[in-house]
Amino acid sequence: MPTIYIDNKPYEVKDGQNLLHACLSLGFDIPYFCWHPAMNSVGACRQCAVKQFRDEKDTKGKIVMSCMTPAADGTRISIDDPEVKEFRACVIEWLMLNHPHDCPVCDEGGECHLQDMTVMTGHDYRRTRFRKRTHRNQDLGPFVNHEMNRCIQCYRCVRFYRDHAGGRDFDVFASHHHVYFGRQKDGTLENEFSGNLVEICPTGVFTDKSLKRHYTRKWDLQTAPSVCMHCGLGCNTIPGERYGTLRRILNRFNGEVNGYFLCDRGRYGYEFVNSSRRTRQPFIRNKESGKLVPASREESLEYLSSVLYFGAKVIGIGSPRASIEANFALRTLVGPERFFSFGERNLKMISSIIDALKNGPARSPSLREIADSDAVFVLGEDVTNTAPLLALALRQSVRQRPMERVEKFGIPLWNDSAVREGIQDEKGPLFIAGTHATKLDELATETYHGAPDDLARLGFAVAHELDPEAPAVTNPGEDVSSLARRIANALRNSRRPVVISGMSSGSEELVHAAANAAWALCRTGKDAGLCFIQNECNALGLGLMGGRSLDEAFSLMEKGETDTAIVLENDLYGNSESFLVDKFLDKCRHVIVIDHLPSKTTEKAGLILPACTFAESNGVFVNNEGRAQRFFRVFVPSDEIQDSWRWLGDAMKVSRHPVSWETDDDIIASVSREVPILNLKDVSPPAAFRVAGQKIPRQPHRYSGRTAMHADISVHEPKPPEDPDSALSFSMEGYEGMPPSPLLTRFWSPGWNSVQSVNKFQSEVGGPLRGGDPGKRLIEPAKGGAVSYFQGVPASFEPGSERLFIVPLYHIFGSDELSLLSPGIAERTPAPYIALSRKDADSLGIAGESGAEVAASGQSCRLPVKVDDSLPHGVVGLFAGSSPLRGIALPLWGRVRKTE
Amino acid sequence: MDKPLTGAMRSDGQALSLKEYEDAGGYSALRKALKGMTPHEVLEEVKKSNLRGRGGAGFPTGLKWSFMPMGADVARPKYLVCNADEMEPGTFKDRLLLEGNPHLLLEGMVLSGFALDADIAYIFLRWEYRVAAERLERAIEEAYQSNYLGKNILGSGYSLDMRLHVSAGRYICGEETALLNALEGKRAVPRSKPPHPQVSGLWGKPTVVNNAETYCNVPHIIGNGADWYKGLSRTDEGGTKLYGVSGRVKRPGAWELPMGTTMRELLEEHGGGMRDGYKFRGALPGGASTDFILEEHLDVRMDFESMQKTGSRMGTGTMIVLDDKTCPVGMVLNLQTFFARESCGWCTPCREGLPWIVKMLDAIERGEGGMEDLEILQQQTRLLGPGNTFCALAPGAMEPLQSALKYFKADFEKHIRERRCPYKGGV
Amino acid sequence: MLTEEEKKEVEEELRKNERKKAAAVEALKVVQRHRGWVSQDDIDELSEALDMTPDELDAVATFYSLIFRKPVGRHVILICDSVSCWIMEYERMLQHLTSRLGIRPGETTSDGRFTLLPVACLGACDRAPAMMVGETLYTDLAPEKIDEILDKYK
Ligand SMILES: Cc1cc2nc3c(=O)[nH]c(=O)nc-3n(C[C@H](O)[C@H](O)[C@H](O)COP(=O)(O)O)c2cc1C
Ligand code: SF4
Ligand code: FES
Repeated sequence: MPTIYIDNKPYEVKDGQNLLHACLSLGFDIPYFCWHPAMNSVGACRQCAVKQFRDEKDTKGKIVMSCMTPAADGTRISIDDPEVKEFRACVIEWLMLNHPHDCPVCDEGGECHLQDMTVMTGHDYRRTRFRKRTHRNQDLGPFVNHEMNRCIQCYRCVRFYRDHAGGRDFDVFASHHHVYFGRQKDGTLENEFSGNLVEICPTGVFTDKSLKRHYTRKWDLQTAPSVCMHCGLGCNTIPGERYGTLRRILNRFNGEVNGYFLCDRGRYGYEFVNSSRRTRQPFIRNKESGKLVPASREESLEYLSSVLYFGAKVIGIGSPRASIEANFALRTLVGPERFFSFGERNLKMISSIIDALKNGPARSPSLREIADSDAVFVLGEDVTNTAPLLALALRQSVRQRPMERVEKFGIPLWNDSAVREGIQDEKGPLFIAGTHATKLDELATETYHGAPDDLARLGFAVAHELDPEAPAVTNPGEDVSSLARRIANALRNSRRPVVISGMSSGSEELVHAAANAAWALCRTGKDAGLCFIQNECNALGLGLMGGRSLDEAFSLMEKGETDTAIVLENDLYGNSESFLVDKFLDKCRHVIVIDHLPSKTTEKAGLILPACTFAESNGVFVNNEGRAQRFFRVFVPSDEIQDSWRWLGDAMKVSRHPVSWETDDDIIASVSREVPILNLKDVSPPAAFRVAGQKIPRQPHRYSGRTAMHADISVHEPKPPEDPDSALSFSMEGYEGMPPSPLLTRFWSPGWNSVQSVNKFQSEVGGPLRGGDPGKRLIEPAKGGAVSYFQGVPASFEPGSERLFIVPLYHIFGSDELSLLSPGIAERTPAPYIALSRKDADSLGIAGESGAEVAASGQSCRLPVKVDDSLPHGVVGLFAGSSPLRGIALPLWGRVRKTE
Repeated sequence: MDKPLTGAMRSDGQALSLKEYEDAGGYSALRKALKGMTPHEVLEEVKKSNLRGRGGAGFPTGLKWSFMPMGADVARPKYLVCNADEMEPGTFKDRLLLEGNPHLLLEGMVLSGFALDADIAYIFLRWEYRVAAERLERAIEEAYQSNYLGKNILGSGYSLDMRLHVSAGRYICGEETALLNALEGKRAVPRSKPPHPQVSGLWGKPTVVNNAETYCNVPHIIGNGADWYKGLSRTDEGGTKLYGVSGRVKRPGAWELPMGTTMRELLEEHGGGMRDGYKFRGALPGGASTDFILEEHLDVRMDFESMQKTGSRMGTGTMIVLDDKTCPVGMVLNLQTFFARESCGWCTPCREGLPWIVKMLDAIERGEGGMEDLEILQQQTRLLGPGNTFCALAPGAMEPLQSALKYFKADFEKHIRERRCPYKGGV
Repeated sequence: MLTEEEKKEVEEELRKNERKKAAAVEALKVVQRHRGWVSQDDIDELSEALDMTPDELDAVATFYSLIFRKPVGRHVILICDSVSCWIMEYERMLQHLTSRLGIRPGETTSDGRFTLLPVACLGACDRAPAMMVGETLYTDLAPEKIDEILDKYK
């Protein structure tokens, strides 16, 4: 470990760092702009200057940029030297020459890195009297607001958007003091990660447009640690609330999961929480009118007690987007045998996934590990659309191999521009096999497009190529076997290979093939990662809990073995074909739905119970890695809304069920006992946890207007709500220090008001949070033992003579239904469509972008056609999102006809 | 007096044809090297000659070349780049060579390429040099036809391809790493150093960048030997130098003279002294980004070493003369306006500091300045100094400003006191 | 739409360069040579040929001072405003030009004949003041000489 001297005191630092990084990790405050822990150094802003001395005798020293200078052993620097302090203050002075000084009306005000750095350098007096230059702003679409006059030209935005996230519709224009950051023309930012500009930008150029519509300062937001529920990756978030409205989502750093970034679905999808359509009280179907009418809590409990009598034939349908607690409460109420989870196909897949991760030798990697991997094989997932942040991780992974080469030239990896110039367009191995072309293909070494069975065959072939003991593929064809050989070689020659697959292609064989490939790598001695994607935030959690398939529930109903169903946070019409659901619900005597928004399922309910959204409740989700993560109530819901598990607990009470829980901790204890793999006890500290006898406040120390904010209702300041479920309080009072990482309600530190204050919460800047990144891995691979490969290589796909094989096409904006209630997301969502190869379109006589009639599983509708020549012959893609064919379990055979 | 660079040039301003060049001994050094020398010997000879780069910084060429990775297993292709961007105000020396003797540059580049085992050579030329572009284009074609370029040059087994890249404006393109970005079709923003281009240059491959005049010296060093070459000079630094003078002198121009010619000789003998009615007040000895020198410095020899005594630099060796009827504040304002406009916009001090300096100077020049502006200007010259900015553009800009504030302080103060430019109106 | 000739020239530039993107500046200049300036449509079309997005190409185009992204007159006057020319009465030359043409620097005459642009040092300092009209360099300027020169351009 090198020793460096800072203002004459020795400090040990990590190898291979630059001075800025090292000093920040040591806790020194050196101001900076262009540097970012996830994007490293480019030396543009010149804000991070320090004095460097040759040796002990050198008293003059010279100014260097700490971000561009290695923290080599024996380096001597001063941060406090008057000359360098003068320089740093002047950098702010330069940056402020043209700054509009509009903090009072700027959305960044109060959490602005530029404000913080200005204070830090001590620059406070303006010496210029000249006119400022001004810029024109652009309309960048529904997510990001643009105010160029506030720009300090740190180049972070272009570096994030282009270099890190691969966006190509945003850039820097012109030169000298006219440089301009934006798009060539006004228009929506196309990149899926555009929202990160809001956090990447150290000032108010790029701000959150959704926040703007219900603006609140950082210090007035009540916040709690939360977990994104818009896909299966479980990115950590910090939602902020005021006056009962969710105002925005910010990233919550988790070094193993999302790091510093979120996708736009995760950042902007929250607005369903505020929807005017929210179910805020119970509804009971009136016997006479047949209509759903508002009901009181008591009436609902009465209803429950009348239908949940001892011996009633009740079943429960759980939900992959509801918490472990909610699902477990339902399971407990109805009994494990009468608890149903996924549709049959999904249940098989999730079981295979769990089986593969539990019983095989390959470990499920975290997103960080995937970003660090040096060879990747993606099998059947359009990750940009099904697990967006994984796409961001893969963009970094393809740099690993070339970075190794560049490092050999003596270029330190933190010198970002030098690294990129050294790498140029070179990319490490990434193989993508999917049903159709995906956005990430542009990074791929090679791509392969085929029907799911053919994809699985490729995966099996790769596994067999790596290990002859893995089942072989019969007649793979020269193309596939040579591709498999190349993929196997690339994986074999890597140090940290990862195989990625998932549930979205609806093929169990794909899951098997991916597992075999990863296992075969393990058998060659590699520490291979095996990553599976699920589309829902708690799919793996639900899978681990167990439960039977929906199809079985339907047949129970058919057979009359049940007559009452409790449906938890789930629109059955989104998961199963509507005629099946209709049949099921129509046959049901009592349908009880617990959910936060009306749906086609609630329309058929006898009783609707208003449930909390993620923002209003506590809970645990298990992400695709198998990481259990706890999210916390951001605010207390109004009206009759309560946690799903509390409604279920109420139901248990009125039905004299022996088990009962008072708090979230009770139910967690219960689930940990009953379902050993779901041992959630130390996912986060319990509700009784205190620091110095205090709870951790959800409101910041500067929360304003507390005595006045409800003055229109009562002049007495109401008592803050209690929180029996967690160690967090709904007030400003409490422990102001650094709580354990799962309980971090915000990042804020003296002198550091912006998101960059996360530095102060990490054990090393850019590294894990102090005390470890939140979450608990529930599944670890089996140690030692023989690998028992999945068998059952499917036959190759044969195009039908009359029918076409319909596969789903996912969209980051559109395939997740809750996020569609955010106006911005809705704006970005495409209209439903089907996609066909040119050849299939021609043979059906469908010209260009015209429409077609699609029929499958007894349903049909007309949809516009897109030609996508990457689709294999005989395979059509159907928009996976709300369309008249929603709910059909894809893939399956169907028909497409030209419409007149 | 030997004038290896310009001696053979035609007097009518036309370029030497290939034939004329060959008749004057052109390409014989190349033949010599390809037939009888190893690349290493060529490099050693250049090292021995004490040739220092003519682009302005005077970095020893042989030393620069010795950082080029050699051997069979280094990354390929390796590049050789000629910097013919020449946009430093007051500088017009490379143009003379490019227009008058393009084959000399080509021969120098092939020799250098041979020494460095380069595969591809680029000439980076500014757009405004239309005549030079045309002549270089033709010369390259001729050189290919005569197998001075291309595959297996003169049967030696060494191959070099050459391309002419004509730029589209912007002074910063002359900065060698910005130039590489420009060649890659990117925004010409400088790159960080280290890594030096020899390690990771054009497209991340080993690259050497030299000034056009630098390359033109190489054939003579190889043809006649390092000792001969050193003998041309009046100082330790080898060879001759293209010096120039502009401003209100009788015969502005550029001449090839022994390295180490004094400024006085240059100004008085070659430049013919000041025009009638004008007195010498000072000069920028080597282009816009060098410090002013005064009358008292005129007897200093112009080479990279000696010029340090004046507190200024040799720079490009092309002197811009300030006369007594020209406002030094106005002149500095003009210079800073140039630098502010030509900043690439990458680093803060340059992008923001220079326009501020321009505004203050402009205010002073218009009679709206205050004494506090002088203090700020003084401070800025320090804060925009070497190391504080990403590249040498802004520190270069500070050189004339800081020396003007020192030498012509009274002029600045007079502007402020009298609230007008004393050189305008009334005079 | 690029003409066949322009397309051929762009192709030629693409062929000459090792990588497509490296031909960006050359390709812009091809269009400019034919049309005087580079329009939005040109950027769109060229960027496709270069495998770039319009944003990427314009980021390059707007960096360089001699790529014109606004219409210019038939003849572009590039007058050197750098130090040697300035000493040699650049300002008087500029004044002469602006009053004769009736435009300010950066503007185009209403008849579309001339655009006047001050530029950095033309490397003709020994023959200052200097300017270029189109691709031709004129040195040792004086007001009368400027008049004569301009008369040559219709
Ligand atoms: C702003 C700036 C502009 C420059 N312009 C030129 C130029 O036009 N021509 C040139 O040869 N060197 C120029 N240089 C110097 C080059 O960066 C580089 O040092 C030179 O080309 C190296 O060649 P040499 O070693 O042969 O001198 C410039 C440097 C800076 C900082
Ligand atoms: S000093 Fe900075 S802004 Fe100026 S040209 Fe160099 S890198 Fe660009
Ligand atoms: S943070 Fe070091 S120069 Fe910007």
